[in-house]
Amino acid sequence: MSTTAAVPYGDTLDVSKTPDIPMARLVKVELRKMIDTKSGMWLLIAVAAITAVASTIFGFVGHNQDRTFGHFLGFAGTPQGFLLPVLGILLVTQEWGQRTGMVTFTLVPHRGRILAAKVYAAFLLAATAIVLAFAVALITTVLFGGTNRWSDFTPIDILKISVGQMAGMAQGFSYGLLLLISAAAIVTYFVLPQVLSILANVIPFLSDKAAWIDFGTAQQRLFNFGDGNLSGKEWSQLLVTGAFWVALPFVIGLWRMLRAEVK
Amino acid sequence: MIKFEGVTKTYGDFTAVDDVSFVAKPGRVTGFLGPNGAGKSTSMRIMVGLTPADRGKSTIGGLDYHAIPNPGRHVGVLLDASAQHAGRTGREVLVLTAMTMGLPDARVDEMLELVGLTETESKRRVKNYSLGMRQRLGLANSLMGDPSVLILDEPANGLDPAGIHWMRSLLRHYAERGGTVLLSSHLLHEVEMIADEMVLIGHGKIVAQGTKAELLHTAGTFVKAEELTRLHSALERAGIKASPSGDGGMRTEAEPIDVGRIAASESIVLTELRPAEGAGLEELFLELTGDHARENVDFEGAMA
Repeated sequence: MSTTAAVPYGDTLDVSKTPDIPMARLVKVELRKMIDTKSGMWLLIAVAAITAVASTIFGFVGHNQDRTFGHFLGFAGTPQGFLLPVLGILLVTQEWGQRTGMVTFTLVPHRGRILAAKVYAAFLLAATAIVLAFAVALITTVLFGGTNRWSDFTPIDILKISVGQMAGMAQGFSYGLLLLISAAAIVTYFVLPQVLSILANVIPFLSDKAAWIDFGTAQQRLFNFGDGNLSGKEWSQLLVTGAFWVALPFVIGLWRMLRAEVK
Repeated sequence: MIKFEGVTKTYGDFTAVDDVSFVAKPGRVTGFLGPNGAGKSTSMRIMVGLTPADRGKSTIGGLDYHAIPNPGRHVGVLLDASAQHAGRTGREVLVLTAMTMGLPDARVDEMLELVGLTETESKRRVKNYSLGMRQRLGLANSLMGDPSVLILDEPANGLDPAGIHWMRSLLRHYAERGGTVLLSSHLLHEVEMIADEMVLIGHGKIVAQGTKAELLHTAGTFVKAEELTRLHSALERAGIKASPSGDGGMRTEAEPIDVGRIAASESIVLTELRPAEGAGLEELFLELTGDHARENVDFEGAMA
């Protein structure tokens, strides 16, 4: 507002000198939203701590022949893989659970842009986790590795862990977008695979085809480091289950989010 | 300028906003008055694109809200002071808004000072805030981008009388410098204190609008007497209809001098006789709220 007195604004807004909000700024804001509350901050600290602690413990208790880079990477990447989806869930659901969406979507009335910023933020967080897992695996291998510590290192592991962590983050994000309630999304994320495995015990078809149905089963080999690339069939299973458990909830959630009222 | 043209929003069979048209002009504080559930909040959400309207057109400064780039720099919005992350500090809430709009942190401190939140208070988490503090925080948030239009839903809710007085002068200065202010309230008294123009809404429909002076000015008289029932009969004999009002008196359409003459001729002692300002608006407002909460006013009550 002008500080000089009595300069009335006209009936129309002059927006010619107002640039749009750049996407990079929105991503920065979304990342900040993940660390500016106690719960968000502790979740990130937990992801980092669990990555370092799990592989360090393995360094102390693992047998000499098991203490290889591939195993250290497994111990760094697997436990953080459980928490990354929760991060993805909270990134989305906080706008609804805490109703901050009323401010967020008023400041940026294009919901698709906010969602895009959240997707970028999610992948930046996952990328950071991947780099951290690698760094921790390298350091713990150097410090605690056995005699043949580098024997199972293959560059394909970089791809495998990246796909694995990104997929987990994306799945959490989709569940969050579909359900919009943190508790419901987190419970669904952890309980649904259990339900599937119980069903698989009684329905033989499900257990035979588990890798084509359950995303978790299809992902298993991604976290077996040091045993080479996945087969074409295994990649296909990842794609098929990913389409059903990640892409589908994302699309349904997106469709609803773009239309629903924000209250 | 905020312009609503024939805006309608229905939820199933329920019409929350029914063909609503009005204008909030620059340089004026427009009060959006109506009982709870009358359609105020829905209308305001439609204005800022949170709720899609079924019919009609809503523009701010001639633009659809979605067409305003970085809208926080043009339109300040406070829809629900409680819609904040309970785990964030008050300051952090403002920092996120400033960051989004591309404003420096210094602006956050200016806003905190403007709404009277101390540094210590700003470092507390929002869950520990009183409603009044949340309103101040929300107001700071809406003023952050130095907007020319303000949309505030029940901003005085939770403020103490001193707080309401403070807000009145803040909004008055804002409007004097050419800003457009639309604020909603379910309390007639609150809007009377702050607004220049009023838009009355009930059951989703606009029932009255105009300047405060226009709406408050109604012919009529408020009278109190020792023998109210006898005065009532005397007035009726003279063909003047009078009806009881809640505060132990009566309202009539007649001029004070006529009421006074009749009382004098009947030797009835009057304890109060004055033009009934605002009576029309108050009655209208009571009628709107009546379905839910009208107090039973009758002669027995008035005489007691």
